[in-house]
Amino acid sequence: MSKKPKLAVYKFASCDGCQLSLLDCEDELLAIAGEVEIANFPEASRAVQEGPYDVTLVEGSVTTPHDAERIKEVRQQSKVLITIGACATAGGIQALRNFSDVKEFTSIVYAKPQYISTLATSTPISDHVPVDFELRGCPVNKYQLIELICAYLNGRKPNIPTYSVCVECKRRMTPCVAVSKGEMCLGPVTQAGCGALCPAYTRGCYGCFGPNETPNTSALSEWWTEHGRDKAELVRAFRGFNAWAEPFRKESERHE
Amino acid sequence: MQIIERENLTALFESLKKHGYEIVGPTVRDEVVIYDTLNAVEDLPKGWTDEQEKGIYRLKKRDDEALFGYVLSPHTWKKFLYPPKVKLWEAKRQEKSFTITEPQGDGPKYAFLGVRACELAAIAMQDKIFLEGAHIDPIYKERREKSLIIAVNCGQAAKTCFCPSMNSGPKVTSGFDLALTEVCTPYHHYFVVETGTAKGKDVLKDLSLHPAEESAKESARQVVKNAEDQIERTLKTEGLKENLQANAEHPRWNDVADRCLSCANCTMVCPTCFCSTVEDVTDLTGDHAERWRLWDSCFTMDFSHIHGGNIRSSTKGRYRQWMTHKLASWVDQFGVSGCTGCGRCITWCPVGIDITEEVAVIQKQE
Repeated sequence: MSKKPKLAVYKFASCDGCQLSLLDCEDELLAIAGEVEIANFPEASRAVQEGPYDVTLVEGSVTTPHDAERIKEVRQQSKVLITIGACATAGGIQALRNFSDVKEFTSIVYAKPQYISTLATSTPISDHVPVDFELRGCPVNKYQLIELICAYLNGRKPNIPTYSVCVECKRRMTPCVAVSKGEMCLGPVTQAGCGALCPAYTRGCYGCFGPNETPNTSALSEWWTEHGRDKAELVRAFRGFNAWAEPFRKESERHE
Repeated sequence: MQIIERENLTALFESLKKHGYEIVGPTVRDEVVIYDTLNAVEDLPKGWTDEQEKGIYRLKKRDDEALFGYVLSPHTWKKFLYPPKVKLWEAKRQEKSFTITEPQGDGPKYAFLGVRACELAAIAMQDKIFLEGAHIDPIYKERREKSLIIAVNCGQAAKTCFCPSMNSGPKVTSGFDLALTEVCTPYHHYFVVETGTAKGKDVLKDLSLHPAEESAKESARQVVKNAEDQIERTLKTEGLKENLQANAEHPRWNDVADRCLSCANCTMVCPTCFCSTVEDVTDLTGDHAERWRLWDSCFTMDFSHIHGGNIRSSTKGRYRQWMTHKLASWVDQFGVSGCTGCGRCITWCPVGIDITEEVAVIQKQE
């Protein structure tokens, strides 16, 4: 039997929610541990093996000069590098700093801001090193994560669709909340993957999985404007967990 | 024609259950009339109606207790006949080979209650697609053959309806086992029943019905006429196929592409759209694999991705493909138009794109 591939999980600026999605696999976790060697996953085990690693999952964005260097070392140690979640893939909610002045924030938040060493921006991993696959979501969907690992182990293309959340709503027979309730729903411009969770609970989509393959954000904004939404609402809608993803960023800036 | 009194409708439910049917039909959930399993008459959308416009649907209270007083659900019967997600087969690895198991024919036996005229037309179109020609769909076939259709005539229309233009309504004329017309007045609430098939007649056997007198028949005619009178939208079908096929480079395609979100909503709510994709999945060990069929849409990028790239990468190309297939090349393919005039693609487009409006612009400028 061939040697099991070595898996590492790294954390950058993030809330740990995506790593928790991996731990949350519960039923499948033993099977995963049976197929891959969990070599470096401090959130799960103190036993850490040295690299190099066959597959590395990276959670979080780059927000400090130290992390900007650390990610390069992680890349050097990894054959395949997969980013997991909105932070690692688009800069995350903390990328809201990119639209403001971080120094001003630190002066208000910290008693001694001189101890804070932070960058002016929160940026995705792909801005710093080449990334082999980006798994979207805030947090990632555990079934997509398992699918990705399965596809890797079996040497096949993962079934990770890039179309809109609407397709998932329709397949699970959730009536459109934008049409039936006038909710501001980002579903039509957001990538599927969550299973259309929020609309199933009669809420509009918050865009956790980032822009879909062909996001016509301006047409959606135009519809919202025609139906009485003001600029502040539009900016807020696009400035969520994927605010720094280009199509969402450009759309929010257009209405500032 | 016969009459079932409103208070005897429970007997119809009981008879359907006795005949082994799972009753599916309209019910209210989250302020929308959807189609789902019905256990009793009380599950029907009593006293509810809907208002529909481009990109807008709102559930409203009626001033009576009509059970079928809504116009049209975002759901379509294709969800039962052609399920959105279905396992085609699974494979298990053994020593040096593998075995494939297909799910055996144990699909549900549905009684569809509340099928509108435009929806009967849609089922007839999907019959052509799935049951004719060289490739018959076994899943559709089994479900379709087992099912019983109880149509209900429309008593009102939405602003998005245009079934007369497509010759598919509002009056129910064929393709049903039973057809009901609901007459709901303050002093008498009943259903005029028309029997279409022996199968339909069979479920009525034990019910207490009485023959419909001329006044009841006239009331039923008025119900449908009321719906007919309310229909405002039209689609000019004369010369439409040729017109669309001659206008592949019309500037309007660019215009609609600016507004279209390519979100796929129109295709998913369309009662005749039938595209699917297959997804192969494996488990972590690689010893077990499954093939699933899922609803797909010509608006997704993957749909038109073939070896070497995407053949319809622009939204313009995708919208044009969808609309010209529906209204023009569908005729070449199946001998009929693919549109029933139900208006779902108009109501359920999140930015209110109206197929009748788009067509009219292309027709006018030619």
